[in-house]
Amino acid sequence: MVLGLSSKKEKIDGLAESSGTSLAASAWKRLRRSPVFLTGAVIIGIFILISLLSPWLAPHNPADPMLIDQVVKARNEIPPAQPGHPLGGDLQGRDFLSRLLVGSQQTLIVGVGATLIGLSGGLILGTLAGALGGWVDSVVMRIVDVMLSLPSLLLAFSIAAMFARPSQFTVILAVAIVQIPVFARLLRGSMLAQRHSDHVLAATALGVKKGAIVFRHMLPNSLGPVIVQSTLVLATAIIEAAALSFLGLGNPDDRIPEWGQMLGDVQKVFDTHPHLAAWPAICIIIVALGFTLMGETLREALDPKNRR
Amino acid sequence: MALLEVRDLTVVFQRKGEEPFRAVDGVSFDVEPGQTVGLVGESGCGKSVTSLAIMGLLPKRGAKITGTVRYDGTDLLKLSDKEMRDRRGRDLGMVFQDPLSSLNPVVPIGLQVTEVLERHRGMPRKEAMIEAKDLLDKVGIPDPNRRLKEYPHQLSGGMRQRALIAIALACRPKLLIADEPTTALDVTIQAQILSLMKELVQDLGTALVMITHDLGVVAGLCDEVNVLYGGKVVEKAMRHKLFAEPRHPYTHGLLASIPRLDAAPGEKLTPIKGSVADNIPWSQGCAFAPRCPNALDVCVQVTPAEEDQLGRLLRCHNPVVPGTPAAEEVPV
Repeated sequence: MVLGLSSKKEKIDGLAESSGTSLAASAWKRLRRSPVFLTGAVIIGIFILISLLSPWLAPHNPADPMLIDQVVKARNEIPPAQPGHPLGGDLQGRDFLSRLLVGSQQTLIVGVGATLIGLSGGLILGTLAGALGGWVDSVVMRIVDVMLSLPSLLLAFSIAAMFARPSQFTVILAVAIVQIPVFARLLRGSMLAQRHSDHVLAATALGVKKGAIVFRHMLPNSLGPVIVQSTLVLATAIIEAAALSFLGLGNPDDRIPEWGQMLGDVQKVFDTHPHLAAWPAICIIIVALGFTLMGETLREALDPKNRR
Repeated sequence: MALLEVRDLTVVFQRKGEEPFRAVDGVSFDVEPGQTVGLVGESGCGKSVTSLAIMGLLPKRGAKITGTVRYDGTDLLKLSDKEMRDRRGRDLGMVFQDPLSSLNPVVPIGLQVTEVLERHRGMPRKEAMIEAKDLLDKVGIPDPNRRLKEYPHQLSGGMRQRALIAIALACRPKLLIADEPTTALDVTIQAQILSLMKELVQDLGTALVMITHDLGVVAGLCDEVNVLYGGKVVEKAMRHKLFAEPRHPYTHGLLASIPRLDAAPGEKLTPIKGSVADNIPWSQGCAFAPRCPNALDVCVQVTPAEEDQLGRLLRCHNPVVPGTPAAEEVPV
């Protein structure tokens, strides 16, 4: 009898344990079956793999003008596809496939770097506004409003143009600063909601210090939407960085390839050699699509209102 | 001297361009060490605001608090924010209504218990964890070692409330305020939580302020009962006296509205007519008059004064005569 009871108790305990699924667990359960999410995840997975392995995957040195003898500027000739160079060469006689592969690395660095910097800036501003409220909130949010009122690409151009010597870092910075207000506003919103939540009141009733309330109770509960937003921002950051490079505000050192910059370089020959523009453009579109698909499905899955 | 002396506590909410609203209007009561005092009333009568005012948890802007709240001789309303923060959780504990939303969903239970211990008793994390395990054990959570590592959503409703009680009692406060601690729980769990609170209060000698709209809770737990209506105490008496002989028509109505086990099947409940919204301001008479079956003309002209009647405080012009049965059935 006693034995029967204890096994029954264990069974009930087991059931109790399995029945409680966290938001993350249930989100993952749904994401796993979502073809849209899987498509995005596969694209991003391949993209990251390629960018990490590109030094070994690339058949040639992307900076080596090995086909320069086939470039005839006067007749607008560039190296065509040939054995060993499946996509031919570019305007400087460098292997195009190698540049495309290695270019993914820069694109990833710019995208992730800009998102991380933008995220940190947004976190600081959003936390300040959401935690302190009052006039700090008003001041921060007015600054954010001003930044949001400018078209984001225009703002990025203006920031990038302020630097005398453009480099990869200035591109990252320009794109990052544009993303700050988006993150700040989002975080402030969910921080404010947390501020009036029962568990924050309960923590206050326990005499927990203000700093601990902000960083242990409010901030971790507000991060969900911000994390989703950052996957979406990754996509826009890549596109905006490409746009900056395209307009010549990117890294002038073209030994290290970057998709946006490759796109910009071939502007003049676009009508005669469209494939030089098409390949990097397609790559940018696919990667941006991958991040967007992943971000959108993540947002839907993590929204508690969609939870069944 | 009483542990907690609330005198003439008044909370007025004032918003720009709006009439000020007196949520709590001159409430006074005492809590002796080890005593359990109930604040009873329906939604909107000011019981939660009273508890938040005592804890200093009302927003600084928009809420004007007057009167005194003496805890062990010091007026809590005069303390600075920092001094009050040091006292909350250490001297005064609080248990809230909804155990799920009152726990931080992203922090394991263990950390939420140790947080208070580290904060007020300066315990290192390791020591606090051992203490936390003892605490969970004490409030009747089975397998506390496992539960310490779990998140609130992995606990059942009753266990969450037990955990909250453990957190509130972690620093052995002399006063515990429980704001409808059983409302979000089902009946069997309610009974468990109430008997747990009763036991802990007795063991630790903690004074308890029980805020509830449930007279069943009051009957099982409280020594003294304050019935609130429209922000004022309308009747105050020891539990037995109040239940045996409710004098204020509101108290009488509350007791009459409780479903009875011995009622015939299909028998209608006896509600109090109207709703809290049908108030008149206390300054123009008795706030309960529009709903009161005993209302006289004087009730809407003169504010009833608080009268002491043999250990019972009563605020009524025309109290219920002892022995009156429950008000007759209201046609629906």
